[in-house]
Amino acid sequence: MTKPVVIVGASMGGLRAAEALRRFGYLGPITAIGDEPYAPYNRPPLSKDVLKGEVSHEAVAFPQRPATADVNWVLGTRVASADVANSTVTDDTGLVHPFSALIVATGLRPKRLQVPNGGLAGRHAVRTLDDAIALRAELVPGANVVILGAGFIGCEVAATATLLGCSVTVVAPGSHPINRPLGRTLAAEIKRRHEAEGVKFRMKSTVVDLIGEDRVSGVILDSGEVLPCDVFLEAIGSHANTEWLEGNALDLTDGVLTDGALRAVTTGGGSVENVFVVGDVARFANPIFDDVPRRVEHWNIPTDSAKRVGQVLAAQLAGENTATLLSEPFAPIPSFWSDQYDIHLLAFGLLGLADEIKLLHGEIKGDCVFGYYRESKMVGVAGIGMRSTVQGYRSEFKLEG
Amino acid sequence: MTIKIDVDMAKCQHYGQCVFEAPNIFRLNNDDKLEYTAVADDSERANVEAAVDVCPMQAIRIVE
Repeated sequence: MTKPVVIVGASMGGLRAAEALRRFGYLGPITAIGDEPYAPYNRPPLSKDVLKGEVSHEAVAFPQRPATADVNWVLGTRVASADVANSTVTDDTGLVHPFSALIVATGLRPKRLQVPNGGLAGRHAVRTLDDAIALRAELVPGANVVILGAGFIGCEVAATATLLGCSVTVVAPGSHPINRPLGRTLAAEIKRRHEAEGVKFRMKSTVVDLIGEDRVSGVILDSGEVLPCDVFLEAIGSHANTEWLEGNALDLTDGVLTDGALRAVTTGGGSVENVFVVGDVARFANPIFDDVPRRVEHWNIPTDSAKRVGQVLAAQLAGENTATLLSEPFAPIPSFWSDQYDIHLLAFGLLGLADEIKLLHGEIKGDCVFGYYRESKMVGVAGIGMRSTVQGYRSEFKLEG
Repeated sequence: MTIKIDVDMAKCQHYGQCVFEAPNIFRLNNDDKLEYTAVADDSERANVEAAVDVCPMQAIRIVE
């Protein structure tokens, strides 16, 4: 019997990888194993629009295409380990799944705060649909919501919770929300707009402990200040889900290191021919910017990486010579957006690399476009409104020569 | 053969990601709002499918 391509992770990256395999002509068996009980769904709305209304799988499910109707989805099942040398993975029920090729699409999980009195109800993170359903149920008018972390997810939930009538305080160690990667000027304006909506900030602060018996009722800051708290959201970044790959001599330093074909790279520096990585768990160098491998948690990365993997792997499984394909660069243009109140931010590139940020168009109090430069070369562009203008800069991000 | 394209304008936030995947079908107008051609030649199918994939709001579908 033909061994299947096994995809571990049944979210956007896993779905797009299955679709790409079919699109590039692979007709053999595909098994996709995911630890959530749901078919693949769209995560970004979970901290934005979807959180305002009734959160349901139906509202965010990706449409399934005829080409992938025969994919064997094994849902609600966590893969516990992989044996790359023997081409198998083992799930948490002990079942062994042999593979012809493995696609790693296990993504990230939220970092959680470690505090002495941490075992309380009312603590939340937002990554999965179930996380969003649980958080939505507690965002009732008048609730005191404390959000630890002022990145995109923290700020988006702050906006949504405020619109739902909650009293929101954001606590974060930095000087401004989303200061990195947006830069001080834009970050200060976003903070101003949040404050105009009633959000309170405790910047340069952190939470040292929680107060409550069974359920959180307050948080203690490092200044000693106590904030009343009915709902505590932790939005302090993510860990890559790679523990199940340990013991295979893969380079698992912050995600899975890959080559330009998104094949996993060993600690010795060689590529593993039948282990591929897609989505935000992949750490790859993007030749548009430089040769430094990075994980990129932006919207287009699962889709772009899955296309690259699907093309290479389909050719490889068909027994074709892949030398030319493998030598092609993987150079996706990172793209992301954020919605907070009437702020609609659209960005391209890797803004965090910039050593200089310039206002290019408009004015900071209204619609505006900022350019992000490293050694005078544009590495990012971001705008509030002015979509066409922002898009016009996308062509700046291309390979040299 | 033609394909029919439908965009749920209640969902669309005019991020314009589709414009790069299928420039013959989708564009942003002078007010930065999405405009699109609802019927296209079947040769546009792959581009439109790519646009479906990248839509942040998952607002685009091909009507079969």
